[in-house]
Amino acid sequence: MRLAILGAGDVGRSVADLAGEYGHEVVALADSTNAVIDADGIDVEGALQRKRSDEPVGVDDPDDVFDIEYDVLVEATPTTLGDAEPGFSHVERALEADRHVVLANKGPVAERYEEMRALEADSEGSVRFEATVGGAIPALSTVEDCMPENVTAVRGVLNGTANFILTRMAAEGLDYEHVLAEAQDLGVAEADPTFDVDGTDAALKFVILANVLSDGGFALEDASVEGIQNIPGSALNLAAEDGRTIRLIGEATREGVRVGPRLVPENGPLAVTGTRNIIQIETHNAGSLHSSGRGAGGPETATAVLSDVNRLADR
Amino acid sequence: MGDAPTPPGDLGTEADGGVRTYTVRLELVDEPGELLDALTPIAENGGNLMSIHHERGNITPRGHIPVEVDLGCPPDRFDDIVAALRETGINVIQAGAERYGEEISVVLVGHLIETDLSDTLLAIEDETSAAVLDLSLSAPQGTGDTSSARLRLAIDSGRSEAVFDTIRSVSEEKDLTVVEPLLGGDA
Repeated sequence: MRLAILGAGDVGRSVADLAGEYGHEVVALADSTNAVIDADGIDVEGALQRKRSDEPVGVDDPDDVFDIEYDVLVEATPTTLGDAEPGFSHVERALEADRHVVLANKGPVAERYEEMRALEADSEGSVRFEATVGGAIPALSTVEDCMPENVTAVRGVLNGTANFILTRMAAEGLDYEHVLAEAQDLGVAEADPTFDVDGTDAALKFVILANVLSDGGFALEDASVEGIQNIPGSALNLAAEDGRTIRLIGEATREGVRVGPRLVPENGPLAVTGTRNIIQIETHNAGSLHSSGRGAGGPETATAVLSDVNRLADR
Repeated sequence: MGDAPTPPGDLGTEADGGVRTYTVRLELVDEPGELLDALTPIAENGGNLMSIHHERGNITPRGHIPVEVDLGCPPDRFDDIVAALRETGINVIQAGAERYGEEISVVLVGHLIETDLSDTLLAIEDETSAAVLDLSLSAPQGTGDTSSARLRLAIDSGRSEAVFDTIRSVSEEKDLTVVEPLLGGDA
């Protein structure tokens, strides 16, 4: 497949880097201001080298990406809330041109799911978005394989930063502020970690899962969301007295989406440690399925994007 | 001498005339040895087994087997027997006159002391069918700062959602954070 990649952050760059290994060709790579476009395949290594040296990724206009021949648009621009722009418009342009879209950007799937599906219904192209939930973990494809109507609930830990902080607090008996500063030093938490610690990032992923379970109907404002900022080290100590720990747990059902700090058994499947993520898919006929792994990171998320591309290629 | 008050916990003296009969209702997993495991803590803590009603054909909503045990013991021994059963991992659904469906822990965070912790506990017990079994409080910065409390609650089967509604609304009034247990699935 010929890939046009919008977004040259960790994920976009990793998709470009790994595409060849998965048998695909990159014909465009664009960030918000510059692009490199070549219908015969771009020089990926050169473009990534320029990006690393803080040079423009190429000399082309990002808008021209839509005018070339490509099979799949990979939307890996940053997630925005509310109208999910410009990600949504990118999806719209590709579908209107009857192309496939693979999203790593959570915005359009979490905030404008029904509009996106309506555009897809009028298009020859399809939309896939495995990378938006749990990075490398095959969460959505597992739901798809079980068939969404047989899934009663999806629960789990889908934010590595919040999980890292809670794990360290529990292990060292330290307070939130202290561990957050450490996580920032280690590069686990961003300089502004608000979206991770206030539950928004996890909520977007569970909104996407709820949309898949119900075929739409949910956006971020429909979710009940609480963060971990108010959890002191003493709360984790008390939980441990009872063989429990606290994790930022999300739940998606057809009734709604809820994210917040919850008590879980210390040795239970949901008590993953560090930046690890886990997803628990509760089914009618097969009990609970668990899948755990790296929920973030460039190469990890890129593998989810590329497995979506492969699924489109296999049709 | 015969009418002298009995020192609490002194089984030898208390046993003379101080024994009462209790019924405990247990939920056992259907596995070999489970019944023996359930009876050992009773015997080891000074309980005298009087009758055992093993309702084998009867299954609780969670798929376990209900067992009713009548036992005799001094009143001050009874709590120890129930505690020992729980430590063994046996689900005690009824002890004496109280009937519990499940035990659930919850952690509250905030200005627990200044917002009157005993009032919070009373509100939970009064407005729901829950009983607070025990409480563990941690206030490392002193009672004037944020503190945490873990409550172990006994809740009637199927009533946990109503109990948590109450806990949420009491906590909201007092600006407390509630860390609820994750129920459902095999969490």
